[in-house]
Order: sequence, then structure tokens, then C-alpha cells
Amino acid sequence: MGDSSSDDENAWVFYKDRPEWKDVDPVPQDDGNADIAAIRYTAKFKDVYDYFRAVLTKQEKSERALQLTKDAAELNPANYTVWQFRRDILKALNKDLYEELEYSQHIIDEHPKNYQVWHHRRVLVEWLKDASKELHLTELILNDDAKNYHAWQHRQWAIKTFNLFENELAYVDQLIQDDIRNNSAWNQRYFVINNTSGFTCEVLKSEIKYTLEKIKIAKENESAWNYLRGLLLHDKEGLSKNETVTNYCEELYSSGNRSPFLLAFLVDMCDEQVSQGGGDMRYTLERAEELCNSLANQYDKIRTKYWQYMAEKIKNKAEGKSEPSPPSDDS
Amino acid sequence: MRKQNANISMAATLRKFEDLKNEKFNEEDQITVTSEEQIQVERSVQEIFRSFRLRCDIDSNLPKLLRWEHIQALKHWLTFLPPGYKSLDASRTWICYWILHSLSLLEVKLSDDLKDSLVDFLKRCQCSDGGFGGGPGQMAHTATTYAAVCALCIIGTQKAYDAINRDKLQQFLCDVKTEDGAFCMHRGGEIDIRGVYCALAVATLTNISTEKLFEGTAEWVISCQTYEGGFSGCPGLEAHGGYAFCGLASLLLLNKGHLCDVDALLRWIVNKQMKFEGGFQGRTNKLVDGCYSFWQGGAFPLIHSLLAQENKEPKWLLFDQGALQEYILICCQYPAGGLLDKPGRPRDIYHTCYALSGLSIAQHSIDGEKLILGSPENKLAKTHPIYNIGPDYVLRAGSYYSKLDIPGNEPSFL
Repeated sequence: MGDSSSDDENAWVFYKDRPEWKDVDPVPQDDGNADIAAIRYTAKFKDVYDYFRAVLTKQEKSERALQLTKDAAELNPANYTVWQFRRDILKALNKDLYEELEYSQHIIDEHPKNYQVWHHRRVLVEWLKDASKELHLTELILNDDAKNYHAWQHRQWAIKTFNLFENELAYVDQLIQDDIRNNSAWNQRYFVINNTSGFTCEVLKSEIKYTLEKIKIAKENESAWNYLRGLLLHDKEGLSKNETVTNYCEELYSSGNRSPFLLAFLVDMCDEQVSQGGGDMRYTLERAEELCNSLANQYDKIRTKYWQYMAEKIKNKAEGKSEPSPPSDDS
Repeated sequence: MRKQNANISMAATLRKFEDLKNEKFNEEDQITVTSEEQIQVERSVQEIFRSFRLRCDIDSNLPKLLRWEHIQALKHWLTFLPPGYKSLDASRTWICYWILHSLSLLEVKLSDDLKDSLVDFLKRCQCSDGGFGGGPGQMAHTATTYAAVCALCIIGTQKAYDAINRDKLQQFLCDVKTEDGAFCMHRGGEIDIRGVYCALAVATLTNISTEKLFEGTAEWVISCQTYEGGFSGCPGLEAHGGYAFCGLASLLLLNKGHLCDVDALLRWIVNKQMKFEGGFQGRTNKLVDGCYSFWQGGAFPLIHSLLAQENKEPKWLLFDQGALQEYILICCQYPAGGLLDKPGRPRDIYHTCYALSGLSIAQHSIDGEKLILGSPENKLAKTHPIYNIGPDYVLRAGSYYSKLDIPGNEPSFL
């Protein structure tokens, strides 16, 4: 946000100078005298909002009030009161909602990171019970910013409410191809599968294959590693018993790769093995310690404290202690 | 045993500039939008680190918190905002909170006159049907209500406490509660996890919380924990720092922290600290932003308390407190006061508040121990990691409102 701006006031006719508004007394903002968080409004802003407050107070739901809310929303699209009153008017006047839908697209395009404009859109779609334009709209926005949270939220809502899952996996695929690190796309992949086929054995198998292929391309891509963990949440055997995954990780490690996400994954496998018991406990424990040390001291130094904590946690677990070592200041 | 450490202050040391080379993003020959943007940010941060090193050789007191400059900027903003701030015209109670909290972190005392004026203004933002809007005459909104209530608790006078119509506030929260335990941002407004956090924060601060009001809420919050471990704004969406804070703080306010997967949350959140920049990103593979210093950093004391409940209490906060202070002090301070998202971005009040809040979290370890990067004069006051106002303000509001009766409104769909 800049520290200064001016509304284009050249061709603007103030509401106070409009004959069709002569019957309305503008309502100035009730700010008191103290100038707290006082914004130096432009004359246009003050004029529009003085008249907005007037129609809001009177609850005047008219054509001219509808037009006024447009001016008010354009000056500050984050004003939720304006949008809510606009919806009240649309309903009261039984307006053509498709026209409003078009207008909302235009304003979302201008303010794609604004909560209110997306919510307005959603209410319109709910009223119309027609989500036929929502996938296209969100794609347009995601073309500019593939991680726009509001666009994803709207898209997920539309897909889930109107059962539009059909081509979504293909879209997600495309986005992951465009940017393998697009975490929003990976999240959407999870969303789609979770709400359609579910993570059945077959789906798990093919998704693991897909993900490992993506990890091969970029081994330090956290998004793919996180998705892999997400998949294994659905493997009844847990994180460390899936042969495809463990073989892949061990091979990658043997080849000399030291991606912190690979090492972190191996640590969590050790952690799980220790929890479940069995196997060569001493070996597992030594390995966990070695991995945590190399992460703490070499491959993931920003997270030193976390890796020290993990090493200790696994050790304590192995020793069957519920009691961790005392806090540092006690020693 | 722990009390004796209350005044221990340790100097944090800067990471070695030469070592940082190894911490840069590894593109692995896969050039994408994400990697290009990340590398660009690292370049600008590296340039700032480099020139900082040169200045450091001359002045061993660096990095320095520009306390005076921040205070001047904040005081100025409290009464004068240029027309460009019109986009925050529906967030003026937020502006009050951001400034008052920042000033309190900087240990600035407010005059009684100013306190009265603030209470007078905030009262004008209170709606006749309960809650606070973003400005006078605007509808009540859960987020601007959170901001107004926090601001009033920081002001902390009898007038401030009495300004809140608690009965109507409870009625407002009942009105915006949904059947599945979540909260709308306003009557007819959108639903997301911010609504839950804001409702819980104001209800507990002012002692209007009832079991009915938050029935089903913990379960709804849990449904927002994602496969990555963080929380999203609504079920199904991507884990996100701001929403994760809201989710975790909400569960703690409900005393139901144990319902979430703490290990997964911890794993996700430690990985949101950027290995080169030192600050936090909000989501996986996104860019560093000064405001996540609090949204992510502030979650660590909360996670700490959860792990302590499970008898897995770590020895320290589980992020690199020194590296976060480096990012905030070296990269996020605007020379004329105020803080920012990342180098090259303009300063603003929101980032000033949350970068300072994050700095405070990073400086204050558990058990009252302090870890201060730069001169000891950089030390900020503490913040309460659930409400993000000073811990004393939480206590004082608690003791004031606990003497009053809890109103008996109920959610309207019941």
C-alpha cells in the first residue's frame, strides 16, 4: 500500500452535487474529535461514504443505492459492510444476478487477494445454484498467481458443492508440470483424491509412483516429500513398511544424496521403528542419531535445535523412558 | 528453580556470512516460477547481509533495533494516515491494535488523555447489536472485534474495560456461530478459522465464554489440520502460517491441544523457517515474509507447552531464534521507522506489528531466559503467545472481568 494516492476526481460529479440525490442528507463519519487512526480521505471518498452511510441508515434499497455501493466498493473493496448491503439490495430489487456475476469477475480480477470480493462471488453462485463459470474464473486468476489462496478456496468450494471433480486431476497435473514446487497444486491433488476415489491400495500405489518420480526430478522439493508423507498416512503399515518407498529412499541415500528432506524422512522411519519395537533396535537407534547429527551439524543447520530434540526424543523412546532429560538450566 | 534465570540474558551470535553460501536454494536444474522468485529474494537478502557485514566491522553494536524511529512512525500513524490508507478504512480498530501493541512492545507508555481518546474512538466502532466494526457505523466483524478488544485490554483502564458491552458481544458471537462449530467473520460473511480464533480470544479475555458457545469448535478446527501438519483456513485447503496460528491458539484456548497431531505440526512448522534468510515463510515453497515471524514464530511457545503436557518438553524453543532476529533486524527495518515484509517492499503498520511481535518471541526463550541479538538495548517487552498482547494485560483483563457474571445468550440455531 502506498503512502499516498489520489482518486481520479476530474470527471467525477460529487453526490452532493447530483440533483437526483438532493433529497438525501449525507451522514458524516462519527469519528469524535480525537483523530484516532484518522485516514485523510480524499474529497471523493468522503462524499461517497457520507452518502453510503445515509442510505445504510435509512436502509434505502433502491437502484441509486445499488449504484452507490459500486462506487463505495471500488474506493475500498475491503469494506464488508458495503458488500453486505449491496447483497441486501440485489435481493430486495430482485436484480439480474448474472449481470452481478460478471461485475464480480471484473472486480476479482482487479483485487484477487481480497476476502470480500471472493465471498461476494460465492454468495452469488449459491443464489444462482450455477457454478459453471467458477473453474474458468479461478483458472484465470491462478494463471497470474498459481498459489492465490482465495482462488483455491473458491475453487475447492465450487468443486465440492457442485461436484466438479471430473477434470480436476488433469488440471492439477498440468500445474505440477508447470511448477513442480507449486505446493497449492500438490494440496489440490490430495483434496481431489481424498474426495473422490479415496486413498485405496491401488490409488496409493500409483500415487506413490507418481510422487517418487517427481522427487527424482527435484530431490529437495519439500512439496513432493510432504505429499509422500500425506499418502503414507493412509498406509496401515505406516511410514516405514512400504517397500517401494523404503527402497527408493535407501537407494537415494546410498547414491550419496543428502537432501535434508530425504534424511528427515529416514529419521521418521527410524522413529516409527523404535515406537513399534522389533528389528535391530540398536542399529535403528544408532542410525537415527547419526542422521540427526548430520542434519543438525551439516545438512539442515537452521533446524539444529529440532534435530537435537528429535535425536533425544527417539533415544528416550528407545530406552522406554517417558521422562525426558531435564531442561538445560537444571544441569 | 527456574525463577533464578528470569534475568539471564544471552547474546545471540550472527551466523557466519561465509557459511551462508551453503544455505542457498538448490534449484537442481529445475527452473520454475517458485525457484526464480526464491532466488531473487535470496539475492536481495544476500546483498543486504553483505553490506551489513561491512558496517558491522565498524560498529560492533549492530544489528540495532531502530527503536526511536519505530516509535516516531507509530505515534505518527496513530493520528495521521495519508489517503493511501483508504484500503484500511474497514480495519481501523486493527490499526489501533497494531500500533498500541507495537508501542507496548517498545515499552512506550500512553498518556491518560490519549487513552481516553482511544476508548472514545473504539466505542464509536462498537455496534448496537454487539461486537465491533472496522470503523464507526460499520457492521460488527469478528476480526475487527478481536482487534478492538485487544486494544482496549492494552489500554487497560476502567473506562476501557467498561467500554465493551459484554452481553451484546456474546450475542454477536452466538449470531455468527455456525452449526458445525465454526464462526462467520460477520453476519452473512465468510467462514474460516480466523473467526474461531477471534471469537475464542475475545470471549476468554472478557469472560463471556460458555460451553455451548464453543460446542463442536475444537472438532472443526482439527478438521483444518492438513496432511502437511499445519492448519488451513477451511477444511481441505493448504496449510498456512496465519491459519495455523489461529488453529493452534484456538485449541489451546479450548484446552484441547492434545486433539491435534503435534508431531506433524512441529515438523511442518520447523520447516517453514528459511535456511538462508532466517525468517519464516507462510506456506511450503513460498517466500519469506516478516509477518510470519509472529504467525509461525509465535506458535513455538504454544507447541512447547503442548509437548510439556505430553512430558516431551524440549530444552528450548525449537526454531533458530538468532536467525529470525537477523532477518527482522537486518532485512525488515525501514530506516525512517516501521518494518516490512521483505527487502524492497514498503513499510506498513501490519508488518511493523507482526515483525516486532516475532522479534519479541525470538528474544524471550522459555523460563524467562533471553536471547538478544545485537545490543541488550534491542530487547522488547514480552508478548502473550496466544493473544499477542502483553501478558500483564491478559492477567489484568482476566482479574477485572472474572468478577462479572457470564451472560446467558445461546447460539441462535439451537
